[in-house]
Amino acid sequence: MISSDWIYGLIGGLMIGSAAALYLLVSGRIMGASGLLGGLIDGTGRANLAERALFIAGVIGAPLIYGALFGFPETNLTTNLALLVIGGLVVGVGTRMANGCTSGHGVCGISRFSLRGIVATFAYLFAGFATMAVLRPWLGVV
Amino acid sequence: MRLVISMAAGLLFGLGLTVSGMTDTAKVQGWLDLFGNWDPTLAFVLGGAILPMLLAWRIADRRETAVLGTPIPARSEPVIDRKLLAGSALFGFGWALVGLCPGPAMAVLGYGGTGAIIFFAAMATGMFGYGRIAT
Repeated sequence: MISSDWIYGLIGGLMIGSAAALYLLVSGRIMGASGLLGGLIDGTGRANLAERALFIAGVIGAPLIYGALFGFPETNLTTNLALLVIGGLVVGVGTRMANGCTSGHGVCGISRFSLRGIVATFAYLFAGFATMAVLRPWLGVV
Repeated sequence: MRLVISMAAGLLFGLGLTVSGMTDTAKVQGWLDLFGNWDPTLAFVLGGAILPMLLAWRIADRRETAVLGTPIPARSEPVIDRKLLAGSALFGFGWALVGLCPGPAMAVLGYGGTGAIIFFAAMATGMFGYGRIAT
């Protein structure tokens, strides 16, 4: 890790938390990426479709503005088609089954001391650590 | 007003993901690589994100409604069921395979090339498919 990385992590984290705080206090919504997107995809979020779509447009748009100004950051995304497809499918199914991901359960859940949020976060972290420990040689980790 | 706030929250979330390095799959996989070349950045991101939300919940949980009149979301029943555990385990597995969770998967969509589009399409298919089975 380059020594300044944690500072950017902290600043970016504060931005993520501020976005969630804004959405909660003004709009009364939980800022969960998988819930906002999933509801748009499976039709359960029909009641506030435009809100969801604009939120997602913002998430996609902000990095484009940032990239145009300061250059695009590296994604180091794998080019392995099987990993991309299986990983994407499993993340999609898993986050909808668990009703949340890193933003909903992690950021919004833990900060409310929600039991479900805390347990979910432990579960996906544990699964992530275990997967990495076993499959690391095949994942092309930099 | 609702639409403006949604867009603003999305923009700030997307900016935070970019600045924090969470759109870099090497950093995320490095965080999960606990027994290898471990990268602690994600702990600072999660910690930084929780701080403003601790304050926000202190305010929100004392109120009935948000500024725009929507009820503050009810606390979830503290029920740990198989869906929560199995779903989270599946998510953690896929998260480690590629290094993207749903927020960053959207954030890299505009500039991450074909790989980003394939991952997003697969994730959306998974979400749609699960919605079909579950309802």
